[in-house]
Amino acid sequence: MANGSEFRTCPITGKKVFASTQNLIWINAVTAVVFILIGGIMAFLVGMTRWPAVHLLSADLFYRFLTAHGLNMLVFWIVFFEIAGLYFGSSVLLNSRLAAPKVAWLAYILMLVGAVLVDVMVFTGKATVMFSSYVPLQADPLYYLGIILFAVGALIGCGIFFGTLAIAKAEKTYEGSVPLVTFGLAAAAIIAVFTLACGAIIYIPTLLWSLGLITNLDPAVYRLIFWGFGHSSQQINVTAMVSVWYLLAVLTVGAKPVNEKICRFAFLLYILFIDLASEHHLLTDPTLSPYHKMANTSYFMYLAVLASMIHALAIPMTVEVAQRKKGYTKGLFEWLTKAPWGEPGFPAMIFSLFIFGFIGGITGVVYGTEQLSIKSHNTWALTGHFHGTVVGGTTLAFMGLTYYVIPLIFRRELIGKKLATLQPYIFAIGVILITLGMGGAGTLGSPRRHWDITFADAVIPFSFDPAVLFFTTIAAIGVITAVVGGAMYVGVSVLSVFFGRKMAPNEAKML
Amino acid sequence: MAITSPEKYWWKPADKEEKLWITIALLWCLVLTIMMPLMHVIGTQNPSVNPMKIRPQDYRTVSEAFIEKYKVGEEKGIPIVEPPDGADVYLRAQAWIWTPILKLKKGVNYKFHISSTDLMHGFSLMPLNMNFQIVPGHDNILNMTPTSAGTFHIICNEFCGIGHHTMIGKIIVS
Ligand code: HEM
Ligand SMILES: [Cu+2]
Ligand SMILES: [Cu+2]
Repeated sequence: MANGSEFRTCPITGKKVFASTQNLIWINAVTAVVFILIGGIMAFLVGMTRWPAVHLLSADLFYRFLTAHGLNMLVFWIVFFEIAGLYFGSSVLLNSRLAAPKVAWLAYILMLVGAVLVDVMVFTGKATVMFSSYVPLQADPLYYLGIILFAVGALIGCGIFFGTLAIAKAEKTYEGSVPLVTFGLAAAAIIAVFTLACGAIIYIPTLLWSLGLITNLDPAVYRLIFWGFGHSSQQINVTAMVSVWYLLAVLTVGAKPVNEKICRFAFLLYILFIDLASEHHLLTDPTLSPYHKMANTSYFMYLAVLASMIHALAIPMTVEVAQRKKGYTKGLFEWLTKAPWGEPGFPAMIFSLFIFGFIGGITGVVYGTEQLSIKSHNTWALTGHFHGTVVGGTTLAFMGLTYYVIPLIFRRELIGKKLATLQPYIFAIGVILITLGMGGAGTLGSPRRHWDITFADAVIPFSFDPAVLFFTTIAAIGVITAVVGGAMYVGVSVLSVFFGRKMAPNEAKML
Repeated sequence: MAITSPEKYWWKPADKEEKLWITIALLWCLVLTIMMPLMHVIGTQNPSVNPMKIRPQDYRTVSEAFIEKYKVGEEKGIPIVEPPDGADVYLRAQAWIWTPILKLKKGVNYKFHISSTDLMHGFSLMPLNMNFQIVPGHDNILNMTPTSAGTFHIICNEFCGIGHHTMIGKIIVS
């Protein structure tokens, strides 16, 4: 593995896969799966507590585990997977060696140490602050330190990505422009740099504050900068997810972007506008002026929405064109009905697109208006919205991709192909039920982050409209279904990675 | 393909369908962009428009004075306060209680000052489902006119510690 120059050539795509890149993709992806496992167990326990029929955990454990669920899923699972994706998108797709593999390992170790530190603090009850850790609710200083280490590691990972782009260009490992997927991931990495800078600006003073070195940290300023970090991270996820859609369209139907210019322009819109739209988190806050809020959430946000609408046409269009070329031209929809629905990547991509766009996206645009934010702020409808975007959208797309990464990059044959094919369907149904249940209950006022919606211990008695219970039950059925889907994902990927049949070097088999 | 470099001249004009879709999408975004400020002007329910800062200890002082002045009773140790028409109303959030219980009149406009003396809290008025973020050090000023009589509850929907789920307040409108 001297200077990371050993490589093999992929028998299917002809790409060069360098050993050092392969190891780094492996370790980051496997770690991501470990964190989705932790987050998934928490999801089940938290979900079963929110359901009054079961009300599983004590209040103390509920809030602890909810904090753990948010962090392990939204931050650790997603970011480890994205770092693996960045190494893939730069080194593998550009046929280039990875810049500084040793530094990439350092980045990995920083992220891992940070994540473990955070989890230890959260599980021992020293950081029950939710992933947003709003000041002045205070966690143990080690919690903030853990987040900072994790963020620094992720930032170095982005640096490795840009370094690899530079090497590939200098060593002329590709001709002309970079592939669209790499372009999309580059957009995600650029957004990540801004995001992580916001993270540093807010977490470093917060760490000092928790150590008692700073006393006057304005909670409103914290919220503003925190969401510069917290919302922008979601934009990294969106951008990475769209790139994965293009990738899955290639892997499942061999689709080719219909118009590279338009797709790339849409990614450019993400870079330019998406970060500016973070203030919709503060629409009901008593801090910013309405002009500020409206400019931020209308002009800027809708240009990012425009980009999503462009991708929403471009992806199905590439699939349709590819399918029609294969001869599926009967009627309006033969291209869709004859698509590879029996292969995990295709349903994962289509459901991800559908849930992200029609559930996550539309609720996001609705709740992001100044007045309707009053109706949804901090309710369970919000939780429903982002389970549509980051679970039904990003997570499902990443799950679908995993089934191709295992044979193509890790050279192991999948164990349980049938389970893998069924998995996106089950998970998608679960997530749809969760979002509908949470959306319904939240629209009637059911709060997020709440241990007991029957208010049994409250001094002043209050109970909800019984319809809240009905929607909560739907969400609970969704939780069980999605957890089954999540377990299938973890089961298939862990078994295949460790025990799957090793594939021969020239074996040109994908699934 | 999206995983290989595009052919040399990929800077191609858009197809008819693509142009049509992008135009529709852009128009829709413009409609949204116009609707947001428009609803702020013609609509009657907006979040706080003149944010103010207030130190938590000062807020405690003014809200205590307000309770002292207009107190008409007590329920389970929580003061019940009936402010005169059009008065400034102070509703204090602290872990895990909303003070005081308010008695208001239908059709009368009140200027609410809602703030916290400790952590973040979430003002969530039930069953109307209207929600505002309550931030210590900042006064969330809202002009509110009750339009129907009855008992309303305020639940807390921002996590504020282990007793968060017990934090309930009350407004009685006659
Ligand atoms: C099996 C799949 C999942 C289930 C059943 C599930 C369920 C839940 C439930 C019941 C809550 C609690 C809501 C509340 O009480 O306010 C929640 C919160 C949350 N979930 Fe999930 N979830 C799943 C997957 C994910 C994934 C994959 C992510 C991120 C990538 C995620 C991110 C979050 C976040 C950020 C919160 C909010 C935590 C907070 O309010 O601080 N979830 N989830
Ligand atoms: Cu509270
Ligand atoms: Cu609370």
